[in-house]
Amino acid sequence: MVVLLSLIVGLIYAMSIYMILRRSVVKLIIGLALLGHGANLLIYTAGMVDASGVRGNPPLITEGSYTLGGEIARTVADPLPPALILTAIVISFAIVAFAAVLVKRAYQEVGTDDLDKMISTDLA
Amino acid sequence: MLVLPMLPILIPLTTAIVCLFVRNSIPAMRAVSVTGAVALVVAAAAVALRVHADGAPIASQAAGWFAPYGITIVADELSVILVVMTAIVQLGVLIYALGALDARREKAFFHPLYHTLITAVCGAFLTGDIFNMYVWFEVMLLSSFVLITLGGERAQLEGGIKYVTLNLVSSALFLTAIGLLYGLAGTLNFADLHVALQAVDFSDPANSDSKEMLTLIAMLFLAAFGIKAALWPFFFWLPASYHTPPPVIAAIFAGLLTKVGVYSVVRVFTLVFGHDPGFVYTVLLVLATISMLSGVLGAAVQYEVRRILAFHSVSQVGYMLMGFAIASLAWHGAGEAQLAGDATSAASLRTAATLALAGSIYFIFHHGIVKMNLFLIAGLIEKRKGSAQLKRIGGLFSDDWPLAAVFFVTSMALAGIPILSGFWAKLALVRAGLMSGQYLVIGVSLFVSILTLFSMTKIWAEAFWKPQPDDGDDVPIEFRPTAGRMALMFAPTASFAAIALFIGVGVGPLFDLCMSAARGVLEPMVYVEAVNPARLEAMQAQGQLVEAADDVIGGLTP
Repeated sequence: MVVLLSLIVGLIYAMSIYMILRRSVVKLIIGLALLGHGANLLIYTAGMVDASGVRGNPPLITEGSYTLGGEIARTVADPLPPALILTAIVISFAIVAFAAVLVKRAYQEVGTDDLDKMISTDLA
Repeated sequence: MLVLPMLPILIPLTTAIVCLFVRNSIPAMRAVSVTGAVALVVAAAAVALRVHADGAPIASQAAGWFAPYGITIVADELSVILVVMTAIVQLGVLIYALGALDARREKAFFHPLYHTLITAVCGAFLTGDIFNMYVWFEVMLLSSFVLITLGGERAQLEGGIKYVTLNLVSSALFLTAIGLLYGLAGTLNFADLHVALQAVDFSDPANSDSKEMLTLIAMLFLAAFGIKAALWPFFFWLPASYHTPPPVIAAIFAGLLTKVGVYSVVRVFTLVFGHDPGFVYTVLLVLATISMLSGVLGAAVQYEVRRILAFHSVSQVGYMLMGFAIASLAWHGAGEAQLAGDATSAASLRTAATLALAGSIYFIFHHGIVKMNLFLIAGLIEKRKGSAQLKRIGGLFSDDWPLAAVFFVTSMALAGIPILSGFWAKLALVRAGLMSGQYLVIGVSLFVSILTLFSMTKIWAEAFWKPQPDDGDDVPIEFRPTAGRMALMFAPTASFAAIALFIGVGVGPLFDLCMSAARGVLEPMVYVEAVNPARLEAMQAQGQLVEAADDVIGGLTP
């Protein structure tokens, strides 16, 4: 499972970098969105594994105990990565929404979606 | 829960929200905005005085959830120096904006966005947790995205796309690095990370996989922060975008945003990545040196004031990180000398390390004020002449001598002419570099200083001294801003020039603070104690601690 997820993470990163390097601004946005997803999946994967392999049980605190401790902690999934991912998803939602509007406005203003033609700010 | 260290975050946030409530009236929005900015200066000063009086970092655990589980806010000396810098800069730039910004942009939520940006900058300086640092980065990015494109001119949108893209790539790298670090260490609280990683013996071959993984994570962080700080080879977004928004917005970006990147490098690398200093800090030193050179050479061929300044930002970020890299290398060299039994060279390397880092911190403070002021002056030149193309303007010395005086003081402070602020920063760095034997790097930095002076004299000679070209740009008197607006713009620039002069002539107290902040950064145990006293007690029970840390670190070792 971990190997599979790692491969998928790598694939998503490769896809997103390919998309970012394309000339069209729309593909740029798709690439940026994918990059965020790749990072989220990576955090998820990182939270699943430990030395013994895969943790699978839901992270619930047993009755009378204050924290996850002892042997239980070794078998349950870490609850923090999903919380981190949730935060990251919300942020990337806002950012992709902004980037989409920015690209639309730039397209209206410049009249092209070709990044190679948006070079007026690079020239001295 | 201690509220004081949270005030620099809560005040601008509240101001932004109240600004939204009164958005229909520009005068009301301005009143709220300025009140909030003044309140932030007071709060920052209060936090700084408290930290200085205590002589130790103060930590606040949000809602009483203790580290490493809760949200931790830590104000140590490095943080408060930067928060005070932020507070000063934001008040001045806001007053300048009242005079400079057009009504359309002001109506389009400039004030709430501005205060959200300041919230995030203070948050990034004060957070004690690496994931929260990511969140503050994102808050900062979102408000800066809107600010840089506010007004929607063609150049702004083009520059905005580059700015947005590179910064989002940086965020993704940051998040990736956080994910991997969590998988390895099982915690994201700075103090906790420090303790967990400190306990592992990385010279043991059994830990070599973890060591390599940690180096990989360090490089991911370096790339992520390098993009934010505009370090070579990640700086290309900065000269492509900083000259597109109104100068006042470029000024706040130049003053604060790259500093957040530099601060993050200092904070994260000293607390987390002590496992392989020889490699990690040599990489940083090389990148910083090339940054200094490429930034200043890029500036030398530019003929537009703000582009020159943007390229110089790259070069000066190189200076700050050079100081940090020299400090860290010397500090670890001192540790090795101590082990080898050479106490004298260990002591001298320790002094060099503290001096280099103090120079860096002083440099950050000085640069935040001076570089931001130069962008503000560029804005005044544009208002006065209608352009900042050096070939098309001239005669400012005879037209407007107060502006010329302010520019002269500020630009000479940037170049590092003695008694002005930049000189002391560079003196400390050069001295520390020579003490620790980094001759080549110091040579490069001195050469870069001369080229900086060349760029500043270029602006001086072309814009101020040379007579106005016959076919050049000039704004007719009837289209110039009113005297009141000009005064609002000029007052902060003159004050910032006075600050540059003041912290240069009266360098002692501020530099002492920077020395003490540098010691706090190089010896993180005080920081750990402030955040998590229980963890430190556990550390004293050595055997138990190593065992616990092995569990945590075991994550990626087969």
